[in-house]
Amino acid sequence: MNLDLTAEQEAIRRTVREFARERVAPRAEEMDREEAFPYDLVREMAGLGLMGLPFPEEYGGSGADTVSYALAVMELARADASTAITMAAHVSLGAMPFYLFGTSEQKERYLVPLARGEKLWGFGLTEPNAGSDAGNTQTKAVLRDGKWIVNGTKAFITNSGTDMTAGTTITAVTGKRPDGKPEISNLILPQDAPGFTRSKKYRKMGWRASDTRELVFTDCEISEENILGARGDGLKNFLTILDGGRISVAALSVGLARGAYDESVKYAKERHAFGKPISKFQAIAFKIVDMATEIEHAELMVLKAAWEKDQGRDFVQSASYAKLYAAEVSHRVVNDAVQIHGGYGFMDEYPVSRMYRDQKINEIGEGTNEVQRMILAKLIGL
Amino acid sequence: MKIVVTVKLVPDPNAVRRIDPATKRLVRAGVETALNPFDEYAIEAALQLKERLGAETTVTIFTMAPESMKESLRKALAMGADDAVMLSDPALEGSDVSVTSYAMAQALKKTGFDLILSGALSDDGNTGGVPGALAEYLGVPGLTNVRKIEEIGDGRIKAQRETDSGYQVVSGPLPALVTVTMAVGEPRYASLKGIMGAKKKTISTLSAADCGIDRLVGSDGAKMEVVSIAAPKAREKARVVEAEDGAAGAQAILDFLRERKLV
Ligand SMILES: Cc1cc2nc3c(=O)[nH]c(=O)nc-3n(C[C@H](O)[C@H](O)[C@H](O)COP(=O)(O)OP(=O)(O)OC[C@H]3O[C@@H](n4cnc5c(N)ncnc54)[C@H](O)[C@@H]3O)c2cc1C
Ligand SMILES: Cc1cc2nc3c(=O)[nH]c(=O)nc-3n(C[C@H](O)[C@H](O)[C@H](O)COP(=O)(O)OP(=O)(O)OC[C@H]3O[C@@H](n4cnc5c(N)ncnc54)[C@H](O)[C@@H]3O)c2cc1C
Repeated sequence: MNLDLTAEQEAIRRTVREFARERVAPRAEEMDREEAFPYDLVREMAGLGLMGLPFPEEYGGSGADTVSYALAVMELARADASTAITMAAHVSLGAMPFYLFGTSEQKERYLVPLARGEKLWGFGLTEPNAGSDAGNTQTKAVLRDGKWIVNGTKAFITNSGTDMTAGTTITAVTGKRPDGKPEISNLILPQDAPGFTRSKKYRKMGWRASDTRELVFTDCEISEENILGARGDGLKNFLTILDGGRISVAALSVGLARGAYDESVKYAKERHAFGKPISKFQAIAFKIVDMATEIEHAELMVLKAAWEKDQGRDFVQSASYAKLYAAEVSHRVVNDAVQIHGGYGFMDEYPVSRMYRDQKINEIGEGTNEVQRMILAKLIGL
Repeated sequence: MKIVVTVKLVPDPNAVRRIDPATKRLVRAGVETALNPFDEYAIEAALQLKERLGAETTVTIFTMAPESMKESLRKALAMGADDAVMLSDPALEGSDVSVTSYAMAQALKKTGFDLILSGALSDDGNTGGVPGALAEYLGVPGLTNVRKIEEIGDGRIKAQRETDSGYQVVSGPLPALVTVTMAVGEPRYASLKGIMGAKKKTISTLSAADCGIDRLVGSDGAKMEVVSIAAPKAREKARVVEAEDGAAGAQAILDFLRERKLV
């Protein structure tokens, strides 16, 4: 057994850590306050190769592995969860379907500009009435004269409406299967498709500098060739994407927790009460030690899942464990982090207050805690 | 054009530095090795030149350091340098500025160069003596504290030297040595592609004998000896002025400054 990172993984972690510390962290508070999407940071991340991190160089990517990807997401989230989700959703939800299921023509046309970070792309699975129950998709598409006519609504879609978004891939019911169940396929919806509109940005509790919108399709017309993967494989393929996406959200959780931990250590040493630094009170010190222990644990789980994926093994169970555990760890950590900061932790100027708000979505997005437990119960054979 | 950037490998500038009282040298054990921060600006300047001059231009990183530090050079390669050369020899241990510069000059004669770019100061030894001595040993002009290279080519270089009150424009024949200031631009981050590609780039090693180093080097050849090392006196604890109001506070500070004849 060997727990060392490779020289490349170590170098990527260090580079993203420096970038996050120097370029992202100083902006996080303002971006959150202004709900401002950081176009310039996305450009810089594109320059570094982060927006195409795991894709081969021939498709405009950096050719790095999943472990490096997880490390990069952790380091970004440590500085700012919004920036981290913008990158992570783009890579693992927006671009990944083209890489895994696209024809070579589709890879050339869509994946290359996405991997280079020139454009962003959304992943449209959730609907107002189909979240955990994603198979209950109500969006419908019918093929008429060589065109798909799409009608329906998607909810909470990340990166779907920025000035640099080129489109969203969605699930839609395209017919009926022989067994009577709906046939679900993935369709490629370019931003300028007639009949495709986006709402204003949602006003959110956290991830406020990331772009989340509702998408509406009204007799929206796209070409017949705008289907991704085989007809009828849409739900299965999107669920495969979410298997990998769990590593993303788990890494986001670990990074966010690490950021809140960093702040807590710093603050506990600076803040004096009853004549000494509060870090000298066992009640505070133990909280910090528990944070460190749980973060260490969660990080190892994320890296294990990522490593299994890189080895080409079945990583579904590990990714689900990691997502569930890391999300719940991040919850406990931000809660204690604010507690350690006392009243200051409730104030917007202190990063832990933002982290507290940014945390909650980790337990909801890409499969809620309950959904993870359902998946795991099934895998365990209950 | 062949550009060589001299890069010293130094203990992590963010780590706490300790000096071993017995050897009077910096303790490197347990501390990560980093590229000397000022040399990162020299790398940046070199990569900018490469972008300007095109494919014919190569950037080689040169360091004199123990071979065990080899992997620390990967960051420079990841930033975009083409290859690296190390001068590594146990005989060089304990070299002072003059011996370091002589040894580096011998190695650089061997590798060849049209332009040498250096940082102005190392983060550990901190003498700033090497680049000047190196230019002297190589017999090439040394253009120091350069903030911008205006023109380069046809065997000449023209550059802006930063001074206290402004800048001078200087020019000289190539080959030449240039030390740069931070005004050349923030060192770039290594791109992920660069990091992935750095593994495939070569880092070659030269020994003292390879470079025809025939003088005494290392501590035996050093003209300088560190006699003693002392920590600067700890600053006195700051006095906190507590006053009823602003005026009383200002008065107390004024009295304090007058007492010390500072106003
Ligand atoms: C900021 C943000 C960004 C998002 N980005 C995207 C995106 O880019 N693309 C996308 O497709 N979606 C996205 N989502 C949607 C997200 O994935 C869903 O919100 C999530 O899957 C939960 O679905 P829901 O909101 O419909 O909740 P519901 O499914 O309605 O769940 C409500 C509650 O019921 C529980 N529950 C549901 N079913 C069961 C059950 N069988 N047993 C026990 N408990 C159950 C859930 O765990 C939850 O606690 C985003 C959401 C947010 C908030
Ligand atoms: C605490 C301490 C005090 C010292 N005091 C003295 C002293 O007073 N006199 C003296 O002669 N020596 C002294 N030395 C030794 C001196 O540090 C070494 O000779 C060193 O190899 C070169 O000097 P420098 O680090 O000061 O480099 P500087 O001259 O400050 O470095 C300037 C530039 O030269 C280049 N360069 C320097 N060294 C290398 C290298 N090894 N490889 C590649 N490029 C390089 C880099 O581009 C660097 O940015 C001291 C060392 C220590 C640790």
